[in-house]
Amino acid sequence: MLRAALLLLLVLFGPLAARAEDAPANPGWSLLSGSYDDLRHGVEELATSGAPNVATALDALMAGQLVVDGDSHLFIQADDGSLVDAITGAPVGGDAVDADTLRPIRVNNAVRRAIEAALGNLRLFSTDPAIRRAAADAVFKARDAAALPALDRAIAQEKDSSIRTALQQARAAAILAGNAPEADRLAAVATIAARGDIDARSVLASLGDQPATVATAAATALTSLDRIAQLWGVLQSVYYGVSLGSVLLLAAAGLAITFGVMGVINMAHGEMVMLGAYTTYVVQQFFRDHAPALFGLSLPIAVPLAFIVAGAVGIAIERGLIRFLYGRPLETLLATWGLSLILQQFVRTIFGPSNREVGTPDWMSGAFQLGGLTITWNRLIIILFAIVVLAALMAVLRFTALGLQMRAVTQNRRMAASMGIRTPWIDALTFGLGSGVAGIAGVALSQIDNVSPNLGQGYIIDSFMVVVFGGVGNLWGTVLGALTLGVVNKFLEPIAGAVLGKIAVLVLLILFIQRRPRGMFPLRGRAVES
Amino acid sequence: MASLRKLLAGATFAAGVAAAALAPVVAPRTALAADDTIKVGILHSLSGTMAISETTLKDVMLMLIEDQNKKGGLLGKKLEAVVVDPASDWPLFAEKARELISVDKVAAVFGCWTSVSRKSVLPVFEELNSILFYPVQYEGEESSRNVFYTGAAPNQQAIPAVDYLAKEEGVKRWVLAGTDYVYPRTTNKILEAYLKSKGVKDEDILINYTPFGHSDWQGIVSQIKKFGTAGKKTAVISTINGDANVPFYKELGNQGIKATDIPVIAFSVGEEELAGMDTKPLLGHLAAWNYFESVKSPANKAFIDRWHAYTKNAKRTTNDPMEAHVIGFNMWIKAVEKAGTTDPSKVIDAMIGVAVPNLSGGIATMMPNHHITKPVLIGEIENNGQFNIVSQTPGTIVAQEWSPYLEGSRDLIADWRAPMSCGNYNVKLGKCGGASK
Repeated sequence: MLRAALLLLLVLFGPLAARAEDAPANPGWSLLSGSYDDLRHGVEELATSGAPNVATALDALMAGQLVVDGDSHLFIQADDGSLVDAITGAPVGGDAVDADTLRPIRVNNAVRRAIEAALGNLRLFSTDPAIRRAAADAVFKARDAAALPALDRAIAQEKDSSIRTALQQARAAAILAGNAPEADRLAAVATIAARGDIDARSVLASLGDQPATVATAAATALTSLDRIAQLWGVLQSVYYGVSLGSVLLLAAAGLAITFGVMGVINMAHGEMVMLGAYTTYVVQQFFRDHAPALFGLSLPIAVPLAFIVAGAVGIAIERGLIRFLYGRPLETLLATWGLSLILQQFVRTIFGPSNREVGTPDWMSGAFQLGGLTITWNRLIIILFAIVVLAALMAVLRFTALGLQMRAVTQNRRMAASMGIRTPWIDALTFGLGSGVAGIAGVALSQIDNVSPNLGQGYIIDSFMVVVFGGVGNLWGTVLGALTLGVVNKFLEPIAGAVLGKIAVLVLLILFIQRRPRGMFPLRGRAVES
Repeated sequence: MASLRKLLAGATFAAGVAAAALAPVVAPRTALAADDTIKVGILHSLSGTMAISETTLKDVMLMLIEDQNKKGGLLGKKLEAVVVDPASDWPLFAEKARELISVDKVAAVFGCWTSVSRKSVLPVFEELNSILFYPVQYEGEESSRNVFYTGAAPNQQAIPAVDYLAKEEGVKRWVLAGTDYVYPRTTNKILEAYLKSKGVKDEDILINYTPFGHSDWQGIVSQIKKFGTAGKKTAVISTINGDANVPFYKELGNQGIKATDIPVIAFSVGEEELAGMDTKPLLGHLAAWNYFESVKSPANKAFIDRWHAYTKNAKRTTNDPMEAHVIGFNMWIKAVEKAGTTDPSKVIDAMIGVAVPNLSGGIATMMPNHHITKPVLIGEIENNGQFNIVSQTPGTIVAQEWSPYLEGSRDLIADWRAPMSCGNYNVKLGKCGGASK
């Protein structure tokens, strides 16, 4: 073990130590302050030069922190402004450099690609397994025959079997890029086919100009990969459908209360969602200004606040407007539509017409692979969130005194009143609950959509569709309605395109409502008939 | 009694709602009635969907008019802005335009954003013989005597962008993704014909349209990702408009599509749109415009400083359509001075050939087809929400209002000088009147 570590050290630092004294002479450094083409060549040159500090400097270059002064000296500038000499790695005093002449070195996509490949090569021997794995993937994508010697050394040392597999796949990609004998190439095709992901497909698809046997092997592998991908594609569509369904469900859950339970056609429902999203924005602004380190907590804190804000506005709307219009659906529709315009313009006046930036915390960014599925964290968390919100809503309706009174009032108002329930008060609270849930939906939607005054408009039609389709007054109906619409939409989208798909869903829905006017799960009983 | 109160409350409320709903229609009149002023109409939506983009253009026009008045006005008179709000409602654009021209008697109108709003006001400007300055890049295929197009035609934006990707990034496979309306449809038709003329095969082009405000991009982004695995470098040409962009880029970032893998070049995403986005995952994606806020030139620096001072906000961004209004306004001033009157017919004739500096250090000239010459800039998105300019045409490019890549438009030219004086002259048939025989 000790010997292995020593060997590793030797391999790592041996070449570096030998060249350390002549490092500043490497021509690669001077190319970094030139044109984009020079820059790219410089990066490639440095990557294989073995000069020290290259990885740090390239990292800084990628992050826009590599700066150059008037005399073409390279420095790494940290966020706090302190400087480090990029070539020697020595800290530089603030007054040693004329800060006015410093300019950051800009990179374009071609340079970025070169840096990614170079960093991949440099990091194959990192002590951190995660970095080695990422490096192996970068080298795989780069497909550079020049990386072969380094890959061979890395494979020989690698203890972690999964990283070794990744390295062997990278080696296979590099072999196919060079001029190896046919037998090696065929073996490489097999290795890559075994990898089986989307990057492997890219490599296999690019092998058309290889010798005939290799090209045929690649084509065969490609066909079988595509067949598997097709199966995963169906699952992926289901997942996307469930994900869209969860968003629809969140948007419609509040409406299922206000429209479904109370029968109020609330056209300002979307604006409650928007208020929730803006609450998230305000909370995040607060965190940005006062506690940037706790930014990841901004969303959990925004959820109850959005509920309170939207709920309070909902209660105010019910008390100030809707209670005068019970039993007059057409007037309610017009009045709440006008109200939605007022709320939009109100928000536009306060926050301005442009989109507000709501950040995504790190724990909601990125994606992971599950077999052939790509699952993005933000969508997965929204699906889970929708389940939690729905469960909470059902618990409130079922197990709390408020829920009992709500159900009593909606089922038989006069009887409930004579039992001593203050029905107007319950109406207000019910409407507030529905609006508050819409506000919570706004927190989730702020992660996937624009936070602008128009946010709500995009969801109002969909929300009504879900509630009507599922069956008015039935939460389970809303759930199934949302999921069905989501999945149908996602299966139609690749066939018919997003525009036609949406139209097709609407037509199907209309036909369905024609046959079953009360939706999938109609409420039965005397209360409904009356 | 209770029911009477209820009724009253309901009625008051209904009136209130009606007033609120009408509020955008009854627009703020900043103007004071006066005879010794020259009125300039500003026709940009201040409410509704398009307010996000158009409000800024209203502000920049007010700034330009204020500055011109400080310089002594025009023809010895002060300029007076007449602001109306067409509320992102296309038919209302036509009504408001008619009101500006016949009631307020404005000398010229600066306005519109979407092509459909321009098409809606076009007959009004032609009927009442007034002048419209249209500041936004658009699909071309139009030239009216009464409209001056200060935004880019497709050959001043889309085609150079494709050339850049093909040459610098080696792109061989193309996704044309757009919002489903006239600008993306026409632009994509032109681009498709252009790519095919360059030898790109059918199977290497994927065309995809989405509705306005589309927010669930999971399926389409994974389709793009799959399209990019055919072993050829792939890029996305995005004519996705407005609000749909934020969720689109978010999904790209989340599914891990980086600009180094599949670059996206956008024609409708500028500094203003980026201001509402977390730009970290967008690093390196591109946009093609004729102006970027990051352009290094003395004229641009002076403009940005003045804009920050005028808006009292050092963070307000500038963008391409704003530059178009600056150019259009300065051209109009010059043409009025040249004609010595604000009479539309005389100003329209005086406009052709007028040249003013643009903000990127060049000169914009009004051509006989009522379009202006423009440089084409390609920028990559940086961490700070600005664009790093990676390519710029050496000179300016003349607009092709009728695309040579479209059947029917190939033989047409526009030239508003006498004796031709035609917006769709058919060179094959030798007469004015478009492609029909």
